[in-house]
Amino acid sequence: MLETPLFGITLTLVTYLLSQKLYRRVGQVWANPVLVSIVSIIMLLQLFDLEYRDYARGGDILVFLLGPSVVALAIPLYQRREEIWKRKRPIMMGVFAGSLASILSACGLAWILGGSREVILSLAPKSVTTPIAISIVEKIGGIAPLTAALVVLTGCIGAVCGPEFCQRIGITSPVATGLAVGTSAHGIGTARMLEVDRLSGAVSGLAIGLNGLMTTFLLPILMAIAGRW
Amino acid sequence: MVRGLTFLLLFQFSGEAVSRLFDLPIPGNVLGMGFLLLGLTTKLVDIKWFEEAAELLLSNMALFFVPAGVGVMVYGDLIAAEWLPITVATVLSTFVVMAVTGKIAQKLEPSTEDDGGEDA
Repeated sequence: MLETPLFGITLTLVTYLLSQKLYRRVGQVWANPVLVSIVSIIMLLQLFDLEYRDYARGGDILVFLLGPSVVALAIPLYQRREEIWKRKRPIMMGVFAGSLASILSACGLAWILGGSREVILSLAPKSVTTPIAISIVEKIGGIAPLTAALVVLTGCIGAVCGPEFCQRIGITSPVATGLAVGTSAHGIGTARMLEVDRLSGAVSGLAIGLNGLMTTFLLPILMAIAGRW
Repeated sequence: MVRGLTFLLLFQFSGEAVSRLFDLPIPGNVLGMGFLLLGLTTKLVDIKWFEEAAELLLSNMALFFVPAGVGVMVYGDLIAAEWLPITVATVLSTFVVMAVTGKIAQKLEPSTEDDGGEDA
């Protein structure tokens, strides 16, 4: 049974559907279906002493669909192109500031709390989408698997709390909200924004690419400055 | 539906190919998104071909992240070793980035006094 993708796919779908049901029932942010599904599946696998490898055979097929999904983000972007183009300056400036804030706050906090050099470097691209984050961290000398885990963690936090947090601190425009969640929580945040509002989702998708690019170029510059101290 | 999926994969494939060929720091799927945007703008492809498939994928995108999240369990030991700086930095920084990005973008946005109001 475990040699085929059937196990991983079925387990994921059943858990996800049940988590959605729970989310609708309780209506609380912490009951986010993605978060609840991830935690439940990890607990189930450990409870029954199952290998991650056996789960991933099916899981990887679902993850594969992220590829064409990212490409498909061009569709809402194209549909709302006029509204987005009109705001190209706030969008570029917002992502630039966010990218800078991400590197400085993540590395700074870890440094203050006594994190090792490897951990500080692994944290630097945590708001960047996984494939870009991995290539960045390999270049600067962090731990790639740790970065992969932190990227997912960041995404979950942003997806669970993002829209509500933005609302609370007075970020109300759909473009600014989408940009904030996409810059901070990449694809997982974008998935949530697509459920909230299509324009926000489109901008959030755009922010994934922009933040990936900016972090790629900003990080080596910041590291050169930090190294001079 | 099949046509939409096929074209999405073709765009992803071309993005992947260009990314590898020129050893770019941008992953193939992000490049593919850019190419598709270009294709739509230049009317090389018709948005109608994609609408159904894009809707199916985008409205279920959150599901596709679940197995990726389960993968975190493999690196539990790595996180546990320095859990304090890791969790505090990750959580706080996630909120800092949202606040900075959202506030700056909203401040610079052209005339949207009314919530999400569309003009023009």
